[in-house]
Amino acid sequence: MTTEQMEQKLRERFGDAILATRVGLNGLEVRVEPQKLVDICRFLRDDPEMDFNFLRCISAVDWLNEGEFEVVYHLFSFRHRHELVIKVRVPRSNPHVPSVTSVWRTANWHEREAYDLMGIIFDGHPDLRRILLPEGWVGHPLRKDYVHDIERFDDEYAQKILRGEIK
Amino acid sequence: MAATEIREVVAVPPRREIRTEEMEINMGPQHPSTHGVLRVVIKVDGEWIRAADPDLGYLHRSFEKLAELRTYPQGIFLTDRWDYLSAMNNNWVYCMAVEKLLGIQVPEKAEWIRVMVSEFQRIASHLVFLGTYGLDMGALTPFFYCFREREKILDLFEELCGARLTYNYIRIGGVSRDIPKGWLDKAEELLDYLAKRFDELDDLLTYNKIFVARTVGIGVIPPEMAMDYGLTGPMIRGSGIPYDVRKAQPYSVYDQIEFDVVTHPGCDCWARVWVRSQEMRQSLRIIKQCIDKLRTFPEPDFVAPYDPSPQVMAKVPPKPKPKPNDVYVCIESPRGELGVYMVSDGSEKPYRMKIRGPAFVNLSVLPAVAPGHKVADLVAIVGNIDIVMGEVDR
Repeated sequence: MTTEQMEQKLRERFGDAILATRVGLNGLEVRVEPQKLVDICRFLRDDPEMDFNFLRCISAVDWLNEGEFEVVYHLFSFRHRHELVIKVRVPRSNPHVPSVTSVWRTANWHEREAYDLMGIIFDGHPDLRRILLPEGWVGHPLRKDYVHDIERFDDEYAQKILRGEIK
Repeated sequence: MAATEIREVVAVPPRREIRTEEMEINMGPQHPSTHGVLRVVIKVDGEWIRAADPDLGYLHRSFEKLAELRTYPQGIFLTDRWDYLSAMNNNWVYCMAVEKLLGIQVPEKAEWIRVMVSEFQRIASHLVFLGTYGLDMGALTPFFYCFREREKILDLFEELCGARLTYNYIRIGGVSRDIPKGWLDKAEELLDYLAKRFDELDDLLTYNKIFVARTVGIGVIPPEMAMDYGLTGPMIRGSGIPYDVRKAQPYSVYDQIEFDVVTHPGCDCWARVWVRSQEMRQSLRIIKQCIDKLRTFPEPDFVAPYDPSPQVMAKVPPKPKPKPNDVYVCIESPRGELGVYMVSDGSEKPYRMKIRGPAFVNLSVLPAVAPGHKVADLVAIVGNIDIVMGEVDR
């Protein structure tokens, strides 16, 4: 399936939810509406012509000057051996992105990592906890405006989590 | 004395209700079989595992942040420390991402050298896996043999680039120095030696009766589940899915090389061990072709350190500044698909670099696989994922 066919199919199916497209170094890149993300992903996985059964990677990028976070999904199809990039942009002040764990279970840890290091909240994630940093860490270090300060570690909060008082 | 009399004499303990309850136990972070600092919180009912939750981050060094603070060439040495058992592959994927952004064409000889060292690295890494996994299963001897063989590969690397673990050999645009005189002969000798040793290793470990009994039918991952969890490398090929980046999206010169993708339909721990042991043989095949090809290039008389010839190094500015763009590149590391997503903003430092560690993703299947096994089998399952915590935690 060529990139043009892919683009056409997505536009026919989802219309306004496709905000922008471009052909980058990894083939077709599609910027989509966050609300429609899960529907689009499920379609991409289940459609026999698309058949994106493998979610390679979820990356989060902080575009500080534009005041936005970007979440990038790299998809690959084992059968057709083609790839696709999905991008979602959300405002930095309210970084909510729907979770795609219901589509690919591998998204679970990728999203936890993006939450931990970038502070993006994935709605509908079954278990959104920090994964690499300890509980009680204040802030999200991969944000461009993050200032590291060891004093900010919230020990009391961590103790409460360990005791199970905070979920 | 008659049997009835004995029964009266022997003290019979009073019958009691056995109190059972689920216990929460920490396995690690200082557990020898977790290969580093992984903590798994397990819920056990007697000897049976009910839930397992890996707790990561003990080795987190924030490479993604560190890379943002360094220029592109300065970031290469960090890559050695992601997955320290396959540093060549890490060097390679990072440099490949920068080269894609810059649009640099790597000299052909450098490409063949890269493939060769990366396959040597795969053998070295799989040897560590087989050795330590045998150790987990109680087989002490193969460990020594595996490390002896690996040592010979490290000796070759040392002669090539001066380092035994963190090579910093593959650079943006090529490799740091050409192959010294006589190196290829030594490498070819080693191939014959290794081929014999792999058969020996099969007898010792892979087909060892006790080892087979401990691993067959343990940690079964059906193909659908493997795909759903995004497993790659021997983990998915052990479930019968022939996914290998080298074949699926050939990079470098892999499209000119003949080799087979090894799969096994077993889906269990033993299948994945078998896949790795066969992959080492495929790597030998690839290296043989690389050596034959490299012999066709002119050999340098003298290889000066830090002065790569144009044969193995493209012209790259000392502080490259790629145009604003983003790219995801991936290669087949010994553990699976190792990817780097790199965003440039036109400056001399990457704006964002994300590492897709294969061991990180492969480990995420553990909570789904472990329940229903015994505690001793958890060691078999965790060891089988072949995690390197440097890469999981990054």
